[in-house]
Amino acid sequence: MLGWDWQFTLEILPRLLGGLVVTIEATITGFIIAIILGLFLALGRRSENQWIAQPIGAFVEFIRSTPLLVQLFFFFFVLPRYGLRLPAFVVGTIALGLHYGTYTSEVYRAGIDAIERGQWEAATALNFSPLRVWTGIILPQAIPPMIPALGNYLIGMFKESAQLLAITVTELMLTARVIGTETFRFLEPITMAGLLYFLLSYPSALIVQRLEARYARKS
Amino acid sequence: MPNQGAWVRTRNYVFWIIGLLIVGIAIGVQLITKPPEIAPFDLLPPLIRGLATTIQLAVGGTLLALVVALVAGIGRASKNRLIRTVTGIYVEVFRGSSVLVQMFWIFFVLPLPPFNIELSALQAGILALGLNVGAYGAEVVRGAVQAIDRGQIEASVALNMSPGLMMRRVIIPQATVRMLPPLGNLMIELLKATSLASLITLSDVTFQAASLRQTVGRIPEVFGLLLVIYFFLAFPLTLGVRWLESRRQWA
Repeated sequence: MLGWDWQFTLEILPRLLGGLVVTIEATITGFIIAIILGLFLALGRRSENQWIAQPIGAFVEFIRSTPLLVQLFFFFFVLPRYGLRLPAFVVGTIALGLHYGTYTSEVYRAGIDAIERGQWEAATALNFSPLRVWTGIILPQAIPPMIPALGNYLIGMFKESAQLLAITVTELMLTARVIGTETFRFLEPITMAGLLYFLLSYPSALIVQRLEARYARKS
Repeated sequence: MPNQGAWVRTRNYVFWIIGLLIVGIAIGVQLITKPPEIAPFDLLPPLIRGLATTIQLAVGGTLLALVVALVAGIGRASKNRLIRTVTGIYVEVFRGSSVLVQMFWIFFVLPLPPFNIELSALQAGILALGLNVGAYGAEVVRGAVQAIDRGQIEASVALNMSPGLMMRRVIIPQATVRMLPPLGNLMIELLKATSLASLITLSDVTFQAASLRQTVGRIPEVFGLLLVIYFFLAFPLTLGVRWLESRRQWA
């Protein structure tokens, strides 16, 4: 291709793959935070106590209505002001997990809402404790159909984690940009970074689509 | 009735929204009547200067995204295999990585050989946002067009409508009802993504906040205000989308 230097591409590939590893680490850590936090947010928002449900609802709306980038800046620059000095990677994954936690909470809520009334009534009739109702009856039925939607958010987090470069996390995109400024060649590093994102996210999206089709057939 | 549920739930914590709106109006009045000097609000004028750029970017990006989504979406539903393949590749490529990657590519790679296309930061931002969100929008358009009952198309053919008339009078009006809520959600995503243009040197609100951080300091106030500004831009859109969703059932 015009102007494309294969030699240079091969030279920078190991560094880009190193960045990709950081991207994947941030994605997985963030996703674990997001799926745990999302469950608590969803349960809190369903609470009958309005002093719990309403602030959580407002919090979820607020986080969803503001950009991840600004949240990253907020945590990265504001937390040290209050004496909390954390590595950029930690701040980045927490912000990523928090942002996507508000999205996954909606997935949980839709999944829980989809459980038939009869299941709740049966659990009440059998005099199960609330803990047993949730862990034994509701969540085991609600979670499997959520897997495709959660998978979509995992892919979304993988792609959006590029924003962590703004707070100096040397993930894939920052690595590509640093190589660009060092060598004055942007074509290969940025194109390769885009290609690496694509090579991982596209097959994953196909897998999620197949899962979706399978659950659609079942119901 | 999950859609109606979303609107009812919004109504449930409506007093939070009203409270925030009152704060917003108070800030607005304060700004217009006199140059504010009270603690965080004196930071608003420099931020508002960036807001104009943010809105320009959001409007430009939305318009481009809409055009691209309509063209690519109808192309994806086309009978012609070549058109389907080309639009399919476009959609998958732009959905395969994030806006940020595409913005960097347009801003850093295009000006260099072999392309030599010099774009301003605003143009690069609009292009990246429009093409990226347009790819997601294309899937919405395709879904809405394909969801139209075949009987509607057969009836138009039976009435001897021309393909153009059928598009205008039968397919687009029905598809629009289906498309509006998801397209509204995409517009919210686009609005939030405008902040990324600050990373390609465009002086939008986020960029202004980042420079205030260096000149004035007062970090919690600067970034707190910035979050609130984005919330006030995006939340009316969220409410609009919910309202559309709640109405859709009657349509």
